[in-house]
Amino acid sequence: MEQQQGEHHEHEHHLHLPHGPSEPTHHEEHIVSPKVYLIIGTCLLILTATTTAVSYIELGAFNAVVAILIACIKMTLVILFFMHVKYSSGLTKLTVAAGFFTFIVLITMTMTDYMSRAWGRW
Amino acid sequence: MSTIVSLPDQSTARLPKVSYLNKEYGLKSWLLTGDHKRIAVLYMISITFFFFIGGAMAALIRMELLTPPSDLLAADTYNKVFTAHGLIMVFFFLVPSVPATIGNFLIPIMVGAKDLAFPKINLLSWYLYIVAGTMMIGVLAFGGVDTGWTFTTPLSTHYLNTHVVSAGLAVFVAGFSSIFTGLNFIVTIHRMRAPGMTWFRLPLFVWSHYAASILMVLGTPVLAITLVLVVLERTIGIGVFDPTKGGDPLLFQHLFWFYSHPAVYIMILPGMGVISEVISTFSRKRVFGYTAVAFSSVAIAVFGFFVWAHHMFVMGISNYSALVFSLLTMLVAVPSAIKIFNWSATLYKGSITFETPMLYAFGFLGLFTIGGLTGVFLGSLGMDIHLTETYFIVAHFHFVMVGGMLMAYLSGVHFWWPKITGRMYPEGVSKLAAVITFVGFVLTFFPQFILGYLGMPRRYAAYPPEFQVLNVFSSAGASVLGVGYLLPLLYLTWSLKYGKIAGPNPWQATGLEWQIQSPPLTENFAETPIVTHEAYDYEWLESQKPSEVPTVG
Amino acid sequence: MDSQTLAAQTAETGHIGHGEHPPYLRHHFENAPQQREAATFGMWLFLLTEIMFFGGLFCAYLIFRNWYYPAFVAGSHTLHIWAGTLNTTLLIISSFTMAMAVHAAETRMRKAIMGWMIVTIILGCGFLCVKAYEWHDEWVDHHVPGLNFSPESFLHGSKAYPDDKLSLDMAEKTQLYYSLYFAMTGMHALHMIIGVSLLTILLIQVYGGKYVNGHVAPIENFGLYWHFVDIVWIFLFPLLYLISRHQ
Repeated sequence: MEQQQGEHHEHEHHLHLPHGPSEPTHHEEHIVSPKVYLIIGTCLLILTATTTAVSYIELGAFNAVVAILIACIKMTLVILFFMHVKYSSGLTKLTVAAGFFTFIVLITMTMTDYMSRAWGRW
Repeated sequence: MSTIVSLPDQSTARLPKVSYLNKEYGLKSWLLTGDHKRIAVLYMISITFFFFIGGAMAALIRMELLTPPSDLLAADTYNKVFTAHGLIMVFFFLVPSVPATIGNFLIPIMVGAKDLAFPKINLLSWYLYIVAGTMMIGVLAFGGVDTGWTFTTPLSTHYLNTHVVSAGLAVFVAGFSSIFTGLNFIVTIHRMRAPGMTWFRLPLFVWSHYAASILMVLGTPVLAITLVLVVLERTIGIGVFDPTKGGDPLLFQHLFWFYSHPAVYIMILPGMGVISEVISTFSRKRVFGYTAVAFSSVAIAVFGFFVWAHHMFVMGISNYSALVFSLLTMLVAVPSAIKIFNWSATLYKGSITFETPMLYAFGFLGLFTIGGLTGVFLGSLGMDIHLTETYFIVAHFHFVMVGGMLMAYLSGVHFWWPKITGRMYPEGVSKLAAVITFVGFVLTFFPQFILGYLGMPRRYAAYPPEFQVLNVFSSAGASVLGVGYLLPLLYLTWSLKYGKIAGPNPWQATGLEWQIQSPPLTENFAETPIVTHEAYDYEWLESQKPSEVPTVG
Repeated sequence: MDSQTLAAQTAETGHIGHGEHPPYLRHHFENAPQQREAATFGMWLFLLTEIMFFGGLFCAYLIFRNWYYPAFVAGSHTLHIWAGTLNTTLLIISSFTMAMAVHAAETRMRKAIMGWMIVTIILGCGFLCVKAYEWHDEWVDHHVPGLNFSPESFLHGSKAYPDDKLSLDMAEKTQLYYSLYFAMTGMHALHMIIGVSLLTILLIQVYGGKYVNGHVAPIENFGLYWHFVDIVWIFLFPLLYLISRHQ
């Protein structure tokens, strides 16, 4: 049984080598500047103060909505900038989206049971 | 009968001098290996061990059910036996069966890589499996657990004094074993494909494992947190599942089945991948509708997350919610049916031969279809009220899991045995075993559909005398089935020493794994393959025949 | 890519220390960027499992908050808002310092990496200390479910929130609030402890010279884990501490 020779191997690569579909995307090598981190960090601290302050204002059912909304904004800032997703490949973005999607499915579809238990008997 | 088997001349053929099996010797080189192929072999040995323990539990069940009264086993003991059977078979056999053995072995080779993305995590996955398995054996040895494999609350949290916590923790650890396997597969398939190996040139085996891996990664953690909550409920009494404290036992079921329904797709998808490969090879034809089969795997994975409450129709969920889940359950059957249609179309006008892997594949086609269809019956609310918690359910899931998945596993083991070991299994006795298995299976489980329809409840040690005849048929079938499963254990072990030398491609199959030596080198490929042909390209295969496969020694 | 570099890349004749073939390259990968991307992708997938793991707890929380809202309000009022806000601040700053540590690794500044990592560890430990103090308080107040729980304090209402006087039935439901409080913050704290421990190990390795020569993936990927744990807390804070504070 033969084994491929080294020279034959190198000769083959003189010709046009097709790029592997799993070729690195080089997205990870983008370096985010400290200034961006500082701005985002400050925003997060401001939002924290905001959410605490707003919780003392009477908004009825909207208290919960506002609190979750502010938390979602903070989360988005952390994900996009601290976790570099803004500068990452499409695959990373898709992965994050898939995680959220499954989480939402768990919460909402379970809630369909709990919310509809009290509805009219049939 | 014709055959496509093409072996090298046995008088001169030898196993390759260097392969992953003999590259290093010694226990340490196996227990500390990073080689995905060695880890696959470790898994294969371990899951076979657990399969026979689970099988022993099944034997006890069927022996007890020979007679109406609970005479062989007391009711409590019977509960422990079927719980052990379920836990072991689901978590320690079915979930890892194809992915951790055949998948681990083949995924890197099929994509053209030297190993999985994270070899150390692969090894960790096996160790977690062993730890979990040891914990489970310990649970059985110290008195068992009698909740059923589903740990339903409040029985498991408030009314039993058996080893629920330990069993829950064992399953928790096993879950992480599964997560790490899936994680490894996803990264490898995305990031380590060889030049020219585009997504749509991948074998369908890879697509099914990709879909199953998504389920493993996204679904299993919910099982983990559920078990944590059960442990906390039992030990501290936190109250989340306790009605007297305001909790809801049904919350457990929502969280449990959120994993456990996708779990059944984790179990079956890899098996479907095997069937795609086997049917194509033994019909000498590309799989009909490659794109449809590939996308249907992903569709099963996605839709599989939307249907879990069909296990809870009679448990107290609202009727409106039950309606929604029932409708979605009808939809999830569609991608599975698409696969059956495509495989049938692959067979049509193919050059079919009946080697052992193909016999198992035919068994799969028939039995999985019946199992799947009965699943649709169960998904319709009206039928489920009558059939749930009866032997109809038991028959349904054994048809898909044993008639489907286990047959697919055996098909795959036989199909890739020559690649893994370098040797052929004995074809005559293996065909016999396949037929015995099929006959035994039908005799065991078909009567259970009738029993269930007539109203015999599941998980009962005693039953009314009018059900005895069908139960006796079922138990008789079980003994035949046992023989059918014992035979491969014997002849496959025999073949390790005395089997014919297989050569690189005894089945004349397409796929990268058949273009390398049997057994493969540790690094799989002498040099990185460059893929220029489509999947199941039998014309390309014809042009490859004259050239030699690089083999060492 | 010229054939010279390619030949060096695919050669298996040993470490060359070439741009694409550095010493930390594992041999089942073709090149360093592939290894780095695979590692990052793997960490993201692991974080997905963590989202679903915590997801079960959030699901339980949603249901019981819906069913026993007055009990959840009363329970939330017993938490120290200063502690929660302080902890949130500590974690946000620690996310900033961790991001800076990753930046230092990317720009290969060893002393800076170590400095930022040390600050992150200190902030993480600070968080855990505040948490421990809070939990001690719950224990003293008999608010630990299953172990020493008593609904007594909720039958009378508190000084700050006199409307928190609950019927016995609803007062008993506060145990569920505390169950979820301890389960969620406990699980979060466990992840913090693991994070601080791993970060300490990484710090020692950086001290020994690792991760300063372009091999940034472990620092980056640990950073992803740390930020994720921060995000969990970003949700725990309003859900547990800020329920209807205006009353």
